[in-house]
Amino acid sequence: MYAQLVKSEGMKSAAELSPEERAFQERIDRGEKIEPKEWMPEGYRKTLIRQVGQHAHSEIVGQLPEGNWITRAPTLERKAILLAKVQDEAGHGLYLYCAAETLGVSRDQLLAKLHDGSMKYSSIFNYPTLNWADIGAVGWLVDGAAIMNQVQLQKTSYGPYSRAMIRICKEESFHQRQGYDIMMKMAQGTAEQKAMAQDALDRFWYPALMMFGPSDKDSVHSAQSMAWKIKINTNDELRQKFVDQTVPQAEYLGLKIPDPNLKWNEEKKGYDFSEPDWSEFFEVIAGNGPCNKERLGARVKAWEDGAWFRDGLLAHAEKAEARRAAARVAAE
Amino acid sequence: MSSEWPLWEVFIRGQHGLNHRHVGSLHAPDAELAIKNARDVYTRRNEGVSIWVVKSVDITASSPSDKGPLFEPSNSKVYRHPTFFQIPEEVGHM
Repeated sequence: MYAQLVKSEGMKSAAELSPEERAFQERIDRGEKIEPKEWMPEGYRKTLIRQVGQHAHSEIVGQLPEGNWITRAPTLERKAILLAKVQDEAGHGLYLYCAAETLGVSRDQLLAKLHDGSMKYSSIFNYPTLNWADIGAVGWLVDGAAIMNQVQLQKTSYGPYSRAMIRICKEESFHQRQGYDIMMKMAQGTAEQKAMAQDALDRFWYPALMMFGPSDKDSVHSAQSMAWKIKINTNDELRQKFVDQTVPQAEYLGLKIPDPNLKWNEEKKGYDFSEPDWSEFFEVIAGNGPCNKERLGARVKAWEDGAWFRDGLLAHAEKAEARRAAARVAAE
Repeated sequence: MSSEWPLWEVFIRGQHGLNHRHVGSLHAPDAELAIKNARDVYTRRNEGVSIWVVKSVDITASSPSDKGPLFEPSNSKVYRHPTFFQIPEEVGHM
């Protein structure tokens, strides 16, 4: 999802666990939250840093495809709404970096790993936003899929991550609704607008399904993460829930999900649907999606261009502190 | 490479009459900007009427391993709770 291919540590059997590891697992099984500075297995800490860090990076990089439309929003109201949403994404990234930092990694270290490509962000943000309806589709589908993942993560075992998720979920439902609101306007508009809405759905449907990560049968990292309650539901469970929730919403819009195999399955009380093209997913993750270079390039440029400013503010703060210290000495 | 801004812990008073409560942390070059950043990061939806920030390095925390010695002694002192004492009904509310 926002953390799609998080490498977890190898799963140990109950007999292989040390007494400390067993006591830790029992705390998790009892539903206790793990807090910063408490003892945790090194693998738990590392997996969480990867997952929370990847999640944070996704929020920050996720600002780019939408930021692209702030100056082109069709009305002042839409512009103000989009600005507020993109600002929220920055906030969400910061809550998550703050949670990751409690695990003993600094934000600058995480950013350095994003910039050198050793940490990833969600594949979805490597697709372009070509027309205004794409902003509707991103809110409706991308934020919809994100919420599906984040709602379950509110119950995750690591306290700071769980609390960040609770806060994010509270704020995020506005994001999905504003996207659907755009889609309604477009789908009920002129034939040309409706065609734009359909085109946006056609392009974002499969990339949105990919957000949940590979199929359970190919998902090598899930078992340990689920035992540690870093992950609560499997990729396929969440994907199924997302499809079941989204199909009626598309029907209401009068738009067609671009999947000839989409069919209600009475037996499982859910839809059957086509898997996305997983070779495309792995290509995008490997850096070969339509916008990978542009997205990462924009992040690196912002970081490098901002260096003088960050340094300047810090130099000012240090000078002001020195002046205050000198004044204190003089007053004594 | 430029050096990292210090980390600040943020406390928000949600409404008048309530205590400030820890909500998270952020990086800022100084206290003044930490307050401004906290406003943008933690109160975008009217969540507060007052903000405190304090440098994370200035916080001293109890160690998780001291949980027993620190907090267990109070477990046995049940007489600190009013329900420990039986007051006859005819005495009325106390």
